[in-house]
Amino acid sequence: MDSKNKLVLFNPLSKNNPITVQMLGICSALAVTSKLEPAFIMAISVTAVVAFSNLILSLIRNTIPSRIRIIVQLMIVAALVTIINETLKAFAYDVSKQLSVFVGLIITNCIVMGRLEAFALGNKPWASFLDGVGNGLGYGILLIIVAFVRELLGSGTLWNFRVIPESFYEAGYANNGLMILPSMALIVIACIIWIQRSKDKELQEK
Amino acid sequence: MQEYLSTFVRSIFVENMLFAYFLGMCSFLAISKNVKTAFGLGLAVTFVLLVTLPINYLLENYVLKEGALRWLGEAFQGVDLSFLSLIIFIAVVAAIVQLLEMIIERYLPALYNSLGIFLPLIAVNCAILGGSLFMQQKEFPNIGFATTYAVGSGIGWLLAIVGMAAIREKLQYSDIPKPLRGLGIAFIITALMGIGFMSFSGVKL
Repeated sequence: MDSKNKLVLFNPLSKNNPITVQMLGICSALAVTSKLEPAFIMAISVTAVVAFSNLILSLIRNTIPSRIRIIVQLMIVAALVTIINETLKAFAYDVSKQLSVFVGLIITNCIVMGRLEAFALGNKPWASFLDGVGNGLGYGILLIIVAFVRELLGSGTLWNFRVIPESFYEAGYANNGLMILPSMALIVIACIIWIQRSKDKELQEK
Repeated sequence: MQEYLSTFVRSIFVENMLFAYFLGMCSFLAISKNVKTAFGLGLAVTFVLLVTLPINYLLENYVLKEGALRWLGEAFQGVDLSFLSLIIFIAVVAAIVQLLEMIIERYLPALYNSLGIFLPLIAVNCAILGGSLFMQQKEFPNIGFATTYAVGSGIGWLLAIVGMAAIREKLQYSDIPKPLRGLGIAFIITALMGIGFMSFSGVKL
């Protein structure tokens, strides 16, 4: 792997993170992060969809007339998401129930469309695939951090295992019920943005 | 009549697309910098919801659902096409948006100039597809409810984005810590507005 591809793969993890910097894919991200397990599954699904839709679109990019490209892109993504939705229903029914409509909403996740438009339309298949994997992972990492904080503080569990010992509760510790509310995901992401941007001054807005 | 009203009010306040489900977040954050454009986008979203939801409702109930093809004859009784619903819904949304863009460009040039740039964006607004998916999940008894739900969620989205834009216009004069400027503070404001809207969640209608 040469250095350019490495950059394509690893840049989205921090410096060019889809959520905190590119402002993409916030829509479906917030509602699924109250527990680690659905967040993890969502992260994997989105990575798979972004990577493969990038690959497919990049393979056929020279044959699509540009006027109808949005519909073509949506069809590719919708087909991939349908496959993922049916797979989840077959092998992880509980999680699929929890995620409900949010699996379907991966279709309109701005990360997918954004990367298709910005990268896959103008680059070779292998680079596009790596870009998809990188952006999917960048999104996934953020999702998992948010879910970690929310599940730990909100329910005192991690991946449904109790991590805060019983003696804490007896001493008067209580779970922070506010953390379960979807709004708190926004606050957690805002804090992450705050930390990231105070470290990296280039990202600050005027 | 009362049920319609209750669906309408619920979809505006209690189940607000933005603050209860966080749908349409990307365009919400990107285009809420001034009230006028925010209002235009809100109108466009409401309009597209109003057109696509009833169409998707008919497709869902007469083509896609298990047993929905009964009107073709007894042989189709057990056909279940619901796995196709994602593709069909998004195809309808994309096609309608494209069609609307052409119609508005041809007959209402003034409206086109104010909405023009947002219309193609709406095809990938999660609130539109989300509306269809929630409609599928809620299993409304008839098309009237689906339409009411569409208008309600559209207006809810419109209210949210206009409110946000108004706040952000005022924010220009406030002294925010540097790393939080822009995206960071927008997230925090959205969260606070979300908590505000949560006070409606106990309302029984």
